[in-house]
Amino acid sequence: MTDWSAMSLQPITTVRPAPVDGDALVDRLRLTAVSLGYALSMAPALALGILSILCIPLGLVTAGFVLALAVVPATAALTGLHRRVSGRLLGEEIATSYADTTGTNVVTRPVRWITDRARWRDVGFVWFSATGGFALSVLPVALLVGPLTHVVGAVVDGGFWWWILVLLDGPLLLVWWLVTPALVRARAVAERNILGSARVAELERRVEQVTTSRTETLDHSAAEVRRIERDLHDGAQARIAAVGMNVGLAEKLMATDPAAAAELLREARETTVDALEDLRSVVRGIHPPALADRGLAGGLEALALPIPLPITVTVDAGELPAPVESAAYFAVAECLANTVKHAGATRAWVRVRHDGDVLHLVVGDDGRGGADPHGSGLAGVARRLAAFDGRMVVESPAGGPTVVTMEVPCPQ
Amino acid sequence: MPSVTAPPLRAVLAEDQALLRVGLTRILEASGIAVVAAVDNAPQLERLLEGGDFDIAIVDVRLPPSFSTEGLSAAIAARAARPGLPVLVLSQHVEPIYARDLLASGEGAIGYLLKDRVADVDEFVAAVRRVAAGGTVLDPEVVAGLVSGLGNGTRSRPLDRLTEREREVLTLMAEGRSNAAIAARLFVSEKAVGKHTNSIFSKLDLPQAADDNRRVLAVLAWLQGQT
Repeated sequence: MTDWSAMSLQPITTVRPAPVDGDALVDRLRLTAVSLGYALSMAPALALGILSILCIPLGLVTAGFVLALAVVPATAALTGLHRRVSGRLLGEEIATSYADTTGTNVVTRPVRWITDRARWRDVGFVWFSATGGFALSVLPVALLVGPLTHVVGAVVDGGFWWWILVLLDGPLLLVWWLVTPALVRARAVAERNILGSARVAELERRVEQVTTSRTETLDHSAAEVRRIERDLHDGAQARIAAVGMNVGLAEKLMATDPAAAAELLREARETTVDALEDLRSVVRGIHPPALADRGLAGGLEALALPIPLPITVTVDAGELPAPVESAAYFAVAECLANTVKHAGATRAWVRVRHDGDVLHLVVGDDGRGGADPHGSGLAGVARRLAAFDGRMVVESPAGGPTVVTMEVPCPQ
Repeated sequence: MPSVTAPPLRAVLAEDQALLRVGLTRILEASGIAVVAAVDNAPQLERLLEGGDFDIAIVDVRLPPSFSTEGLSAAIAARAARPGLPVLVLSQHVEPIYARDLLASGEGAIGYLLKDRVADVDEFVAAVRRVAAGGTVLDPEVVAGLVSGLGNGTRSRPLDRLTEREREVLTLMAEGRSNAAIAARLFVSEKAVGKHTNSIFSKLDLPQAADDNRRVLAVLAWLQGQT
């Protein structure tokens, strides 16, 4: 865009008639010029509108497909221009959301288009542009051009009727002054509402995404709770019950068989140590103490420490919200567990960086690759991250290396 | 403390946790109860229960392969096939609803206890013998849950008519204890306990029941009817 167009497409700040000054006059003149542009686009819009409709019956024979391949992109180009112009006038962005056509060919692409609501909105738009939109935009131009024509006619021709028309110019110009900003704004708003209802589609998609990720998160939480219950039941709870049995029996044997009683008590003592170890590991699985005490950096270092591989941990992130920290910690933990179990790596690395908006996590190793992003472990990580709108990309060609890149939006 | 008068009991055991299986076996053996078979999964337990060559089965609720309530289901199924088959179900946590299912599987020779109770060796062994002899044993936790559940509803009025001591007696009755055992527990005479039970039965409009087992069922039915 040139400076001129940047200037002429500044947002419409006011539609009030006052003040009456040079700036306001310039503003109205530029809006009249924009209106002229809007009005002129009626010609291509009408042509594209008719051709679009023609595509449907012609689709029965090959011609419709050929026509669509030309008409639909041309329509998109025209609506794209309108989006930019109207968006600038309203000071906001009018987003598009065409259905993805990657991987389609000349036959399947028109088929995809015909089911795409955003493309149909384009068709609706060109018809608006050729009819009601044209009427809205031609008015400011006519109200300004009319009086100018009368004056020129009166001077050149000098006829009586010309002068009568010149007398009407006052009211016409007054109307022009009053309605131009409002009409241009009305047209821009109409364009946004037709083309920008992409926002509704965008929100619908977002809601769908959130619903899916919420369901997955709930499933995941339920599975986690179940795992914790199982760990407690099979671990600490069982061991403590066994301690009770041993001590109970020891109590009973104390008088009759002190040696056996002592042996039972010794066993019981050892079992309490195991029970505590079980409890500690359950606690680590819920909220690791190192993470709680020292944040993500300390938590990840503590995580890497007992792993029998050299692991480089670099963390460049300030304080993060606790749920994000926890999700990041367990995501890295799962990746490293995979590395240890499957990769046969000689070294691994963890890089964490927070750029103010997004937390980037990279876990890599020099192992044999072939990690399956749909395996239960990594899929679980993806689910955990989805709860935070996070993403995970697994690159793991056969022969390695494996690099898992994760991103979690986390504005500071 | 092997009992001299009681005949030696033969028990079968189903418990998947080795530590607890060994502990239970030791306690039973040390108390003069022979553990003739000990298994760690549900299919083997089912075969054991079908064989029926034992005086009592001591069964963990949760067993492999699916770790849900296989032990409980196996016990109920076996008792459906052989009414009165003595089964004592052990669990790490008790659920009143499981207790109800067990009691519904036929009168007597049934028990449901927390594994914690095993630590009180004499009490536990007494419970094993009571179930083997056809009695009913319910964990105090289950009974407490049923009794305390009554405090919330508007229909809790009948329980308010009981004295503190009568409520204690009611709780012990629901656990399956005899008058003699209740008397020993509360340090009163058996005659006093008899007076309390009569008073409870008349205050709650319960049918008088001669044997302990019917009495437990009556009390429990009453408790459940109130919750």
